[in-house]
Amino acid sequence: MYGLGLAKGLVVTAKNLVLPSRMMTIQYPDRKVGLLGLSKATDTSLVDLIRKDPVNVFKALLGIADVKTSLPQHPRFRGEEFNWYEQRCTGCASCAKYCPLGIIEIVTSESGDQMQEGQKYHLDKFDIDIGRCMFCGLCVEACPYDALHMGSGFEEGKYRRQDLVIDKRQLVSAKKKPSTWFRPQLSNKNYDPHKGKNVKWDSAGRHEKPSLQQQQDKWAKR
Amino acid sequence: MSINTQPVTINLGPQHPSTHGVFRLRVTFDGEQVIDVEPVFGYLHRGTEKLAEERNYVQIVTLTDRLDYVAAMTNNLAYVRAVESLAGISVPDRGMYLRVISAELQRIASHLIATGFLLDELGAFHTPLIYCFRERERILELFEMLCGARITVSYMRPGGVFQDAPIDFWPRLDDFLSSMPGYLDELEGLITENEVVLARTRDMGILSAQDAIDASITGPVLRATGVQWDLRKAEPHEVYDRLDFDVPIGSVGDTYDRYYVRVQEMRQSLRIVQQCVEQIEPGPVRSETPYFIRPDAVDTYVGTESPKGELGFYIVSDGGISPYRMHIRAPSFINLTTLRDLLVGWKMADLIVIFGSIDIVVGEVDR
Repeated sequence: MYGLGLAKGLVVTAKNLVLPSRMMTIQYPDRKVGLLGLSKATDTSLVDLIRKDPVNVFKALLGIADVKTSLPQHPRFRGEEFNWYEQRCTGCASCAKYCPLGIIEIVTSESGDQMQEGQKYHLDKFDIDIGRCMFCGLCVEACPYDALHMGSGFEEGKYRRQDLVIDKRQLVSAKKKPSTWFRPQLSNKNYDPHKGKNVKWDSAGRHEKPSLQQQQDKWAKR
Repeated sequence: MSINTQPVTINLGPQHPSTHGVFRLRVTFDGEQVIDVEPVFGYLHRGTEKLAEERNYVQIVTLTDRLDYVAAMTNNLAYVRAVESLAGISVPDRGMYLRVISAELQRIASHLIATGFLLDELGAFHTPLIYCFRERERILELFEMLCGARITVSYMRPGGVFQDAPIDFWPRLDDFLSSMPGYLDELEGLITENEVVLARTRDMGILSAQDAIDASITGPVLRATGVQWDLRKAEPHEVYDRLDFDVPIGSVGDTYDRYYVRVQEMRQSLRIVQQCVEQIEPGPVRSETPYFIRPDAVDTYVGTESPKGELGFYIVSDGGISPYRMHIRAPSFINLTTLRDLLVGWKMADLIVIFGSIDIVVGEVDR
């Protein structure tokens, strides 16, 4: 019968219009909620909410209270804000050599007149120009000391291009929430950068930190 | 009294929503009728082949993401296969299975875009396209779990893949595999028997099998003409010889056949992924390869079946850490060679549909 195919198609469209499981839009970065939604999002009871934040409660009654939405992200997500541990970095510049775009600049100098065992080069400069970065992660793959990790965030919009060059100071003070890209030691521990705590420099490596007993056993032989 | 019309030349593009990117068509019309077509391209030329000459073999993987940017996984696969044949690198079994799984998921994602935009150009503005994008989004989420990126994946390396799939990838993949056939039925319910779609696509832009072979057209456009040619069957690579799947073909070679072949290919891809999930076994995912691969001074050509057709990489090595010359056989570019013959004689509105059914990506046409 002519028109049957059309009717069939309209049924599909109607199904997608009505069924809530078919809806896919996520409001970002803010989502408008009502009173119950606000209480759920801020994790406070209604009574507390009315006492503490009457303005937002009034907005929620109108259905226009803003709640921040977080998008679902996987631990391996290659994000901005590189995680770099100064304590682990030896200034070998493997990352700079392996970057396809050459956007990592490293300048080192000798840290003293006579280098002793355990000492390393002093890092004068460690710049990453994330304005030109394509987040391929090859620098992280190249790092032999697990000093450089991909970040987990993506909201790094800036007004000027110069601000996109991350220097050593910014890298040191940034939040240490590395992505588990090419770092199986983190994913094996079920680490999730969006839930977990900051990762300290001594637990980010591919080898466990030796216990005191192990250290004593090792160094007692000297 | 008779009315005469004069030929008018119109620019379609380079910024036009129906040209799939910055692609320009200089079309000469006689009234509504197309009498001449001249494709003009190069607006997205980034010199990938030249850039490859100053990067080492692993760094080039990131460049191949940007060729056919809706099917980055298959680009990765085509490139790493060429390097492996050049340098004689073997791949462990689990690595090959992971590569086939991700390449077939990417084929589904690419065909979803092709189908969605075909409907968009037929005038079903955006609603069916968003249905396709919603399912594609689930594939991209799987890719994000697998390799941390959605479009520019850089997942594969010469010698395997960079890292094993995370443990929570497999339940999500099973979930996807169980719900996708139902979704494809729904998509077919929307299109396959729809009278408007049939009226606009049946017997339009017919490409004969002989013409397609003469112009060395590959992929779904060739298979729609009734030629059963698929590199996965003809020259089985990876683990395709251990898998059971059909090569769907069309009968006439019109716009409708090109759509229908793609939908059936998505079903076959689901079958392939399902079998891979059953056959995959634990083990290493990447063979021991040095950071800087130094192949002997030889040259090689390896073709791989990408969603658009045969994507081939011709690499000449001079024994150094980067290729001396790399040439890319881009299926989107070569499938455009018969564009003029397909379009002449049709009306303006049909031009858009026939052009869209070839499914080009300008990143690959211009390279």
